[in-house]
Amino acid sequence: MTIPFFSKAKRGEEQPHGKLRIFVPKDAAAVACGADAVAAAIARSASQTGVPVEIVRTGSRGLLWLEPLVELEMGGIRHGFGPIEPETVGNLLNAGLLRGDLKALSAHPQSLGPVDKIDYLARQTRLTFARCGVIDPLSLDAYRALGGYKGLEKALSLTPAGVIEEVSKSGLRGRGGAGFPTGIKWKTVHDTSAEQKYIVCNADEGDSGTFADRMLMEGDPFVLIEGMTIAGLAVGATKGFIYVRSEYSHAIVALNAAIGIARKAGLLGIDVAGSRKVFDIEVRTGAGAYVCGEETALLDSLEGKRGIVRAKPPLPAHKGLFGRPTVINNVLSLGAVPFIMAEGAKTYFDFGLGRSRGTMPIQLAGNIKRGGLFETAFGVTLGQLVDDIGGGTASGRPVKAVQVGGPLGAYFPRALFDTPFDYEAFAARDGLIGHAGVVVFDDTADMAKQARFAFEFCAIESCGKCTPCRIGSTRGVETVDKIMAGDASEDNLAVVKDLCNTMKFGSLCALGGFTPYPVMSALTHFPEDFRRPTQRLQAAE
Amino acid sequence: MAPPETEKTARAIAAEFGNRPDALLEILHRVQAEIGYVPEETVPALADALNLSRAEVHGVVTFYHDFRRAPAGGHVLKMCRAEACQAMGCEALVKRAESRLGVACGSTSADGRVTLEPIYCLGLCATGPSAMLDGRLVGRLTPAKLDALLKEAGA
Repeated sequence: MTIPFFSKAKRGEEQPHGKLRIFVPKDAAAVACGADAVAAAIARSASQTGVPVEIVRTGSRGLLWLEPLVELEMGGIRHGFGPIEPETVGNLLNAGLLRGDLKALSAHPQSLGPVDKIDYLARQTRLTFARCGVIDPLSLDAYRALGGYKGLEKALSLTPAGVIEEVSKSGLRGRGGAGFPTGIKWKTVHDTSAEQKYIVCNADEGDSGTFADRMLMEGDPFVLIEGMTIAGLAVGATKGFIYVRSEYSHAIVALNAAIGIARKAGLLGIDVAGSRKVFDIEVRTGAGAYVCGEETALLDSLEGKRGIVRAKPPLPAHKGLFGRPTVINNVLSLGAVPFIMAEGAKTYFDFGLGRSRGTMPIQLAGNIKRGGLFETAFGVTLGQLVDDIGGGTASGRPVKAVQVGGPLGAYFPRALFDTPFDYEAFAARDGLIGHAGVVVFDDTADMAKQARFAFEFCAIESCGKCTPCRIGSTRGVETVDKIMAGDASEDNLAVVKDLCNTMKFGSLCALGGFTPYPVMSALTHFPEDFRRPTQRLQAAE
Repeated sequence: MAPPETEKTARAIAAEFGNRPDALLEILHRVQAEIGYVPEETVPALADALNLSRAEVHGVVTFYHDFRRAPAGGHVLKMCRAEACQAMGCEALVKRAESRLGVACGSTSADGRVTLEPIYCLGLCATGPSAMLDGRLVGRLTPAKLDALLKEAGA
């Protein structure tokens, strides 16, 4: 699929004369695999040999099994090598990285050829992540060179209602998991009159198996800033908050730096891009509470309180942060907005199917051969994602189960691999796409243990406001323990099902309400894991 | 009696944030960064500075997993135990760390050198199992890498 945006994205910045350009990610996942040491080794070697080299630290391309992925730019084409770990960077340097000898380098065992041609990347439709891994995340010039701030420019040429109509027509739905139409949310806030309104970005990406928010905030923070600015202008909010989980220290640093740069450039503050409109952003850090990913708990946390879920109504769009009308959107929803504004709602809408329009940055994780970020139009099947794109398990063993949508998502067996990635299709099979994390387990997984963990996690993270979640989760752990010990299994299975039913329909928010998804899917699709021989429980003497 | 140094530190940090009650989480993060934990005596001091009740501040300190009410060990090793890392065998690594340190996950070794804690997701889910030693991220954890981390921490 070629659209104008892509051809621009491939061009990159101009190469300074006579200087070799080498790209090394500073994304947290790359850093965890040694990217800082790799970049330092390259710089050291360059200074020893006197070769003029510019090392650009980028975000990640999302080809995480290849991280750290080192790229050498030659003749405007970026050639990849990966994974290059601190232990193996010497090999790459010896092979002639700094001599730019492509012929010799192409024989290197970690040579990947032109990065744009790598199948995993070439098959994607990168709209939101077009720049991630390509540019220096804090270079406003690089951001602008690849289409950045065109969306804001367009938005400023429209009326607020016109902007909202564009977002509505794009079919964008909340990427945090709930899938609520973004345009409707914005319109509600727009139509509610108040002296002060807020934009809140939910960057409390707590779901295991998800890292798209983190990658975008680290790799292209300006796209989020631009998206929030457009939202602010559209609904009449002058202040935005990004609530980032404390585990994402790299993202917090990147966002604060980017916000400072945007302010200096007049893109945030009292006169946004010369429009005389006011909008500014503040980053706030969470404190390790999973439930704060739930929007109303997040709002309480932003107010400096315990992250306790609020009953709805009132909706945050009417009474949100500090009781004011508030747009609360996920990082990926806001990050999609600049593309929608710049390229038009129709361009975005034309991707996808049914009521799931545009692209979804899917995250392949866990026990998977080629884990990473795969942004693609809705409609790709789970089987394609796991087997074809992801290459099956990392361990080489058969896939047993795939959990889609984080700790509150269902476990899918291979029999359901024909399910297309689409909000409604997953719901029809008692699952959810959530924030599009896909965690693969091989045949050594014990699904009774996974069901127990789902209850246990809910018990640890429950805010405690509603009884089904607070008590149900703990009773769930106890009951699964009995089942795992082979104690009166059938009766206990009935208790688990009953608890799940109560939690699903009686909980105040998705934490208690969705915990039954992993539990019941494990029970439904893998009943053999719950039939255990009777063990004598250790007597408490 | 003069107020303890920790209380003064907490009040100074609150003042930096304009004594805004909505900044309580940020203030507590800073208190913990400077003192190493959130000492009991800072709770009434912060309540007073922010015009909150002691119960409200206490509630926040105890609600969030990040805040410590006692000092941690010399080094803090956090090991991810969420699903993506489970799929890559993190539980066996946690057991290994527990046996090397002689404590259960969630506590500090007897010599006070290492605190071992669970963490539910570092967002490094395609390069697991993941861990964090004193804020430094480590991916693709193996038994050998774990042993090296523990050695570095002096265990």
